[in-house]
Amino acid sequence: MRKLQRRFASVNEKARTVTATSAAALNPRSGRSLARAAAAIVILVSFWEIGSRFNELAGVPLPMIGQIPAPSRVIVAWYNLLDDPGYWRSWYLSFLRVAAGFSAAMIVGIPFGLVLALSRTFYLTAFPTFEVLRPIPPLAWVPAAILFWPTQELSIAFITFLGAFYTIVINVVGGARGIDARYVQSAYSMGATSWNIFRRIVLPATLPSIMVGAAVGMGITWEVVVAAEMISGGGSTLGRGGSGSGGGLGFFIWNSYTGGSYEQIIVGMISIGIAGFVSSSIIRYVGKVATPWMNVR
Amino acid sequence: MEAPADHGHPRAGAPHSAIRRVRLELAVYRALDWLASPRPYLMLLGFALFLGFWWLSVEVWRLPRFSGMPGLTTIVREWLSPEPEFGLSLFTPDYYLHILTSLQRVIIAFGLATLLGVSLGLVMGWSDAAREYIFPGFEILRPIPALAWVPLAILMFTGTEAPVIFVTFLPAFFATTLNTMLGVRSIDTQYFRAAACLGASQGYVFRHIVLPGAMPFIFTGLEISMGLSWFSLVAGEMISGEYGLGYVIYTGYTMISYPTTVIGMITLGVVGYLSSAVIRLIGKLLMRWRARELGLEG
Amino acid sequence: MGAPADNQPCRSLRGAIRIEDAVKIYENDDGGLVAVDHCSFNCAAGEITMVVGPSGCGKTTLLNAIAGFHSLTSGTIYLDDELLCGPEKLQAKPGPDRIVVFQNGALFPWKTNIENVVFGPVAQGAMLPADARDKARSMLAGAGLAGIEDEYPGQISSGMRRRVEIVRALINDPKVLLLDEPYRALDALTKSVMHEALLQTCYRSRVTVFFITHDLEEAIFLGDQIEIMTSRPCRTKKRLKVDLPHPRDHTIVTSRRFRELMDETIDAVHEEAAKAFRLGEREG
Repeated sequence: MRKLQRRFASVNEKARTVTATSAAALNPRSGRSLARAAAAIVILVSFWEIGSRFNELAGVPLPMIGQIPAPSRVIVAWYNLLDDPGYWRSWYLSFLRVAAGFSAAMIVGIPFGLVLALSRTFYLTAFPTFEVLRPIPPLAWVPAAILFWPTQELSIAFITFLGAFYTIVINVVGGARGIDARYVQSAYSMGATSWNIFRRIVLPATLPSIMVGAAVGMGITWEVVVAAEMISGGGSTLGRGGSGSGGGLGFFIWNSYTGGSYEQIIVGMISIGIAGFVSSSIIRYVGKVATPWMNVR
Repeated sequence: MEAPADHGHPRAGAPHSAIRRVRLELAVYRALDWLASPRPYLMLLGFALFLGFWWLSVEVWRLPRFSGMPGLTTIVREWLSPEPEFGLSLFTPDYYLHILTSLQRVIIAFGLATLLGVSLGLVMGWSDAAREYIFPGFEILRPIPALAWVPLAILMFTGTEAPVIFVTFLPAFFATTLNTMLGVRSIDTQYFRAAACLGASQGYVFRHIVLPGAMPFIFTGLEISMGLSWFSLVAGEMISGEYGLGYVIYTGYTMISYPTTVIGMITLGVVGYLSSAVIRLIGKLLMRWRARELGLEG
Repeated sequence: MGAPADNQPCRSLRGAIRIEDAVKIYENDDGGLVAVDHCSFNCAAGEITMVVGPSGCGKTTLLNAIAGFHSLTSGTIYLDDELLCGPEKLQAKPGPDRIVVFQNGALFPWKTNIENVVFGPVAQGAMLPADARDKARSMLAGAGLAGIEDEYPGQISSGMRRRVEIVRALINDPKVLLLDEPYRALDALTKSVMHEALLQTCYRSRVTVFFITHDLEEAIFLGDQIEIMTSRPCRTKKRLKVDLPHPRDHTIVTSRRFRELMDETIDAVHEEAAKAFRLGEREG
């Protein structure tokens, strides 16, 4: 038990530092960091531009980078897409799926995780099965999900749910089990009931881990949504409702590829990146507000 | 007056063979203790409930949405039969071909990701300048899901293997780099100060402080990357592969041979779990100091 | 300090520290935090100087300045009449002539105890690894630590860890040993044994010791000289020469002279401690 506790505790500690540090490192604290970041990105984009256009400039197509559309063209394509309702509809659909799957994962995952952590019997019964199912990648469930759920949307939502569910449960269990027994003991000695202990000690103490699980789970959710959209909407006969009911940014990218508008591929990629970053930031912000005691350093 | 001698230390002067015997006895004791506790039986109960529900809902009660799913007995029979009806079982050589193909792709992608990721992570963790230049660009590329790179990868690389491996490589690379960087930064400043006092050069510090100090984080990162590699590989294979477990799962569906799909899923789970376990084991071997510190060894 | 060991050649004492008018101001959002305020004192070579003060008063800042981890805002520090840091050179360079033993212990957890001890000589290339190991083994044995060479720091008690860390420092034959409340986390019983062990080590090696503590009894037992610091910003409040005879053992704590010395100093220490308590200082 203590072995597991330590294992979970250390994983939690590291996960916490991951989300904290990436956020911190992206907010430069000095003018010098900002300048260096800007310089690096400018150089990168320049290399990209020159590499993509090398064929035009020097007559020799570069092997890998020569196949990628140039940033200048990407920006033009993006500008044109801003008027296209289909583009924004893709955003909307993807966000919807992410929200649905993520919320489902939180609603099911947090209670499930808490029960696992608090009831030893339940843990010993359910956790092994959970751990056996966990290594199966969510996307491997796609055919099974399509067979099971009546609509394609539900299938995608289920896959998305799975992706975030595992992460959230693991983090909740780790957080709840990592609670220092002394907090509980001092509460009991002050006359708290079991419900009080749960509400005032277990829940708040688990909150940081829940937020970490949510942040990581959010990233996984985006990965899964994009993958599911690409697999079911494009390039295969896996969809049941026909290619029209696909949509979303993943489908947008695949469609751009099959349709030959390669600049839009990159537009789509960057859009998803931004969308993912925004959602993770929202989660991190909620986490900061919900756990003010963690911010003292 | 003499300084107090520590003859009382438990392991002072014990021969290695005696220590090994004690460890063996301890392991046997632990195994018997485990068997005598409710732990193994509840675990089996959990499995039984899950499998039982699967069997009952699909094959016995034929519940509305469950009836279309492949049944447990069908799958088990198929998996263990020398002449599988749908083409894939423990006895067909193709089965192992698919496993090996997937494994090979993962090993190449993971290997590359580890090599590049650990190197970059160490550099970014140790050098503030490097981090300030590289990390922003890194963090901009990281949120882009691995699969979103597929069309671009197909454009960039020729052949069918390279795009799949690239897409598998990417999330593993990002995770490994990030964790390595955090590992270096997590090393307590006191250790660097102590090394400075003791006259160590920068190169010596790197080999003897930075590398071993970051190891725990690096290995956590490697475990995560391994999981991420399988995650992306499956998707990549479903889209553009020709062999491999992802391909098996996908074609199992399109060819209406559903038991094959489930066999693929289960195999994927087992292989994925084993690969993570291997990483954990290597980590334990390389970091005996940590195992002993956490009391995980005898 | 008396009682040199018989087999040690009588050599000149080294490691005299002279702190002149040291000032350290930390920049922060509210302007500046003055940690050290015109502090001056000397540590005689070969002697144990105890620096006593309440938590957070700035004593660690002084130690860090001597060790070379921080810079001074102004003032000068000399080591054996050579400039360590001063107006032209605000920060000293850390080196094996002034080795620190840290509060929470800084033995490298991923190296065995003996690998830790030989770290200094091997890193500097001062000794061949095999010779370093031999010397380390004998020094550990001399400190009563035989048998744990191949264990990891995580496997031994914290008292033993401190002693290994001191051996790790002494194998480099430093001029000064800088100790930053090393026994803070130990219980009182272990502490008294550790004190005797430390004195034995000092009698053998004659290293200059700069020892930070908040424990007055520890200070009087170990020290040849005590600097009592005010609460932040720190300045010398009272200086005391401890004229208890060497070699000392734990029985000296109840001697009349010991109690007289405590009498002289306890009010000063208590006054500063109360000030720090009111200010709500965090431990350094």
